[in-house]
Amino acid sequence: MTQKVNLPSRVDKKDLVDLYKQMWQIRFFEEKVDEFFAKGMIHGTTHLAVGQEASAVGAIAVLEDRDKITSTHRGHGHCIAKGAEVNGMMAELFGRTTGYCKGKGGSMHIADVEKGNLGANGIVGGGFAIATGAALTSQMKKDGFVVLCFFGDGASNEGSFHEALNLASIWKLPVVFICENNQYGMSGPAKEMMNIENVAQRGESYGIPGKVVDGNDIFDVMNGVGEAVERARNGEGPSIVEAKTYRWKGHSKSDAKKYRTREEEKEWRLKDPIERMRLVLVQEGLLTEEAAEKIKADAKEEVEASVDFAANSPHPSLDDLMEDIYA
Amino acid sequence: MREITYLEAVREAMSQEMRQNEDVFILGEDIGVYGGAFGVTRGMIEEFGPERIRNTPISEAAISGTAVGAALTGMRPILELQFSDFITIAMDNMVNQAAKIRYMYGGKGKVPMVLRTPAGSGTGAAAQHSQSLEAWMTHIPGLKVVQPSTAYDAKGLLKAAIDDDNPVIFYEHKLCYKTKSDVPEEPYSIPLGKADIKREGKDVTIVATAIMVHKSLEAAVELEKEGISVEVIDPRTLVPLDTETIINSVKKTSRLVVVHEAVKRGGFGGEIASVIAESEAFDYLDAPIKRLGGKAVPIPYNPELEKAAIPGVEDIIGAVKETVNRS
Repeated sequence: MTQKVNLPSRVDKKDLVDLYKQMWQIRFFEEKVDEFFAKGMIHGTTHLAVGQEASAVGAIAVLEDRDKITSTHRGHGHCIAKGAEVNGMMAELFGRTTGYCKGKGGSMHIADVEKGNLGANGIVGGGFAIATGAALTSQMKKDGFVVLCFFGDGASNEGSFHEALNLASIWKLPVVFICENNQYGMSGPAKEMMNIENVAQRGESYGIPGKVVDGNDIFDVMNGVGEAVERARNGEGPSIVEAKTYRWKGHSKSDAKKYRTREEEKEWRLKDPIERMRLVLVQEGLLTEEAAEKIKADAKEEVEASVDFAANSPHPSLDDLMEDIYA
Repeated sequence: MREITYLEAVREAMSQEMRQNEDVFILGEDIGVYGGAFGVTRGMIEEFGPERIRNTPISEAAISGTAVGAALTGMRPILELQFSDFITIAMDNMVNQAAKIRYMYGGKGKVPMVLRTPAGSGTGAAAQHSQSLEAWMTHIPGLKVVQPSTAYDAKGLLKAAIDDDNPVIFYEHKLCYKTKSDVPEEPYSIPLGKADIKREGKDVTIVATAIMVHKSLEAAVELEKEGISVEVIDPRTLVPLDTETIINSVKKTSRLVVVHEAVKRGGFGGEIASVIAESEAFDYLDAPIKRLGGKAVPIPYNPELEKAAIPGVEDIIGAVKETVNRS
């Protein structure tokens, strides 16, 4: 099967191979975490982004290093795409001091402020205004950075979405709102929870352009987000890009997925974003089958190594409990 | 030294900080040419321009979160909420985001913002524009809570709050706005967590906040005529709380009356009473601790009912006498 592709001009062709590796890192990381939760080896809860790798990697690929993101409760993929080390992420899920948050945040709060990842968020819709504020900093300090605000279809029904979009629009802030529409807000189907087809349409009420892209096609994501980022950087204000995608796993660790059919899941698995990228890279002569296998194996090995790193890292001391509350 | 009002002191503290530090700016509803709901920012847009005196839409959820995002990325925003009752709409951003970001991120990142807001009854504004909700905020680790009662304190505490690297909730009592005191023209800082003995005395300690400081001082003058010597302590900041000054005073006087306008049930007076009950000062008590607070009722519109809903000077005098006459 060959497909017609519109390779993004914003990223060097050789770098596309790195993005392919990031997708596998996310896939393996999430599957490993899933396995550990199933076995009861790590506690708490987690929200996995298996099947949504292209929207995370593709959107962040068109950013510059100085740009920033806000993430969601389903944020592991965004972290990896923004340059986080899987060692520090796995250690965080293990609750160890070598984790990104020294074991105090866990799955829902991984952040790397220095690198421009302003954090995942346990509050649905919690990132809209924070991203808007970061974009205000960029505008006021003339720093030139753009902020990507990831959110889900469910979050677009929060009041914070509407307030933040309006504010970002009237102030022409350099922020791009990326909707990863994975069809369900926990168990609530997007088609039952809103009376419109696309979240992207909601931008119109605020004078913000909205675009729908195929969230399982990394190139479509890169092209769509790339245009929006360019627009933001040029001082033309915010955009919404809606990436239609699907989460393969349940909402969180305790989800029997009674609200959707196995047939629907199967259909979406045929649209595997990683496989689709591989086909294109091979077709375009950017990757051989052997190299693709090697990248996959390397990614898997790195995730395995992160488990060793995490398991051998120290637990926080009880003296750490009351540290870091105030600056 | 010149006398200025509390309101002018707040404005002067902000203006002086803004002249010194480009990162400080104000955002809020109607704070531009209108000058803010109570006139606190009047004249500031003329000096600092609309970039730094940012007039916002009526979107408390967005502007509070925007302040958090701007603070997290290097600005030092001052957020004005027109009435402290509206903090309910900003609550997610203050409680779930601002207060917790540093801890959740393992000590990385900080949120240096001040939320300034007028509180309290006495203006006939009724139930949704008259509350004193500070106890809610003191319950949240990660926030600091400031409640100045005089112009001098307001100026020095606001500078300290703006310079602080943590989210600070700064309550301005509406009836204090017109009160005057000697205020130095040059900038000065009053450390957060340092109580002030507003009047020295030996028979009984009153710990009072905001407008109740003034009422307690009035009561003290009356009580002195009857030979009762009252010490009045204003904690000035509830978080952090200067327990040492309160404990030492109670050890000296052996009697404690706590007065605040906020509803007594669940009010901060319970915390102050507990501090004494758990401290070595407990052994010095010659009478049970007396708490005065607002009645458990929404603030009514009718002026007589409004007055009756909160402690008055007579109530304070009565409480002190009751405490002093027990032995």
